[in-house]
Amino acid sequence: MLIDWFTVCAQVINFLVLVWLMKRFLYKPILSAIEAREKKIAAEIASAHTQKAEAQTEHEEFEHKNQEFDLKRKALMTKATHDAKIERERLLGEARKAADDLATKRQAMLQSNAAHINKELTRRTSQQVFAISRKALSELASTSLEQRMSEVFSKRLHEMDPKTKEALGEGLKNAGSPSRVRSAFDLPDHERATIQNALNEIYSTSVELQFETSADVISGIELSANGQKVSWSIDEYLKSLESSVNDLLSAKAPPEPALTVTK
Amino acid sequence: MRLSSDGLVFWQYGFLKLNGTIVYSWAIMAVLVLGSFLVTRKLSRRLQPKRWQSLLEIVVTSIQNQIEDVGLRNPKKYLPFLGTLFLFVATASLFTVIPGYEPPTGSLSTTAALALCVFVAVPLFGIEDRGFGGYLKSYLQPTVIMLPFNIISELSRTLALAVRLFGNMMSGAMIISILLTITPFVFPVVMTLLGLLTGMVQAYIFTILAAVYIAAATSSKKAKKGSKGTSAQTHAT
Repeated sequence: MLIDWFTVCAQVINFLVLVWLMKRFLYKPILSAIEAREKKIAAEIASAHTQKAEAQTEHEEFEHKNQEFDLKRKALMTKATHDAKIERERLLGEARKAADDLATKRQAMLQSNAAHINKELTRRTSQQVFAISRKALSELASTSLEQRMSEVFSKRLHEMDPKTKEALGEGLKNAGSPSRVRSAFDLPDHERATIQNALNEIYSTSVELQFETSADVISGIELSANGQKVSWSIDEYLKSLESSVNDLLSAKAPPEPALTVTK
Repeated sequence: MRLSSDGLVFWQYGFLKLNGTIVYSWAIMAVLVLGSFLVTRKLSRRLQPKRWQSLLEIVVTSIQNQIEDVGLRNPKKYLPFLGTLFLFVATASLFTVIPGYEPPTGSLSTTAALALCVFVAVPLFGIEDRGFGGYLKSYLQPTVIMLPFNIISELSRTLALAVRLFGNMMSGAMIISILLTITPFVFPVVMTLLGLLTGMVQAYIFTILAAVYIAAATSSKKAKKGSKGTSAQTHAT
């Protein structure tokens, strides 16, 4: 007989015991471990999702802040550029103004210098002309310059046009005080008498004169009476010379330094 | 010549006896239980389990997936019964590589015991799932005329289960024994390897058929589909 019923029963019992033991020691612990691990994985995935969501939120927040920062930076940059432009314009204006002031001062100084030089030149020239004329006249005609000037002045008085003559006559007549005769040098009595005689002869009356010496009348003689004035001096020639010198100085004046503003 | 390990009696007192089938079964049980105990006493809950734990997890989840594939909706419920069935038969076949070992599944008593367990388990699971009346009605499907055929089918498939496993395992052991006497070098090794393969296949078939019978006894539509599929497999085997 192939089947031993005792063995069959024993094997049935054995198998059922094995089922119980395997359930106790294999399936239950293994399935529990798997389940626990799956729960752990699910929890970690959920945690990862949460962290991802948080990271996404933080990322969006960061992006938002970044955009705000960019906008602020751009606005600040624009403002700074605008301010810098205004400041640049102001500084340039100030620099231009300073340059203009400096140029004006320099121009004034140059003009002052030129005037001073002119004055000095005029003075020296007149002195030189006077000295040269004196020397030339004395050497050539054996006549002093003063004498010659007095003669020339007297001749001028005689050669006055009627209108001037009449005006001067009115001036001499209406003058409350003696009329002044100014000269750059002290006139000798002889020359004074020459002038006095010339006036007396022209107006047929005794004209009262007061002789004065004044450096302003450059190498010449000037008669002034009640606002009327008749004069002769080297000054007229010097004026012409001065004009020529001025032209020369203007032509040779150094150019104004250009104001350079660097950015 | 001894056809099964039933004939190898170590101890006997009246009808009580301790034969090779029982002793080898105990050995297999001891290996399975001790192995499981040693591995599962310190289970790791980490994401990366230990080596032996991974092996057991693979085995258990594979059996569970197979049960689910057959059509049983709650595989955890049937896992202890069907999983133990597979592991017992597979281990019994695997140990044939040990010299002097005789597989208990090469005994018709063992296969009959296993088939009887399936024979009892099927209606128990069916009644639990569908109720007593519902389960009995399944014998009247599709018509009342089919009642005797269904009953015969129930008995014959249990017999087929027992005889199929016994035949395969016994024949394998028998062929190796005969070959050892004729060509003791190469062929027994080849046949042992073939026997290992056959044993694994038989363990799989036995378990799957048991799962299909249980699925057919339960109310799941999916289980009925699985039943049809496996009927063909049964005939082919």
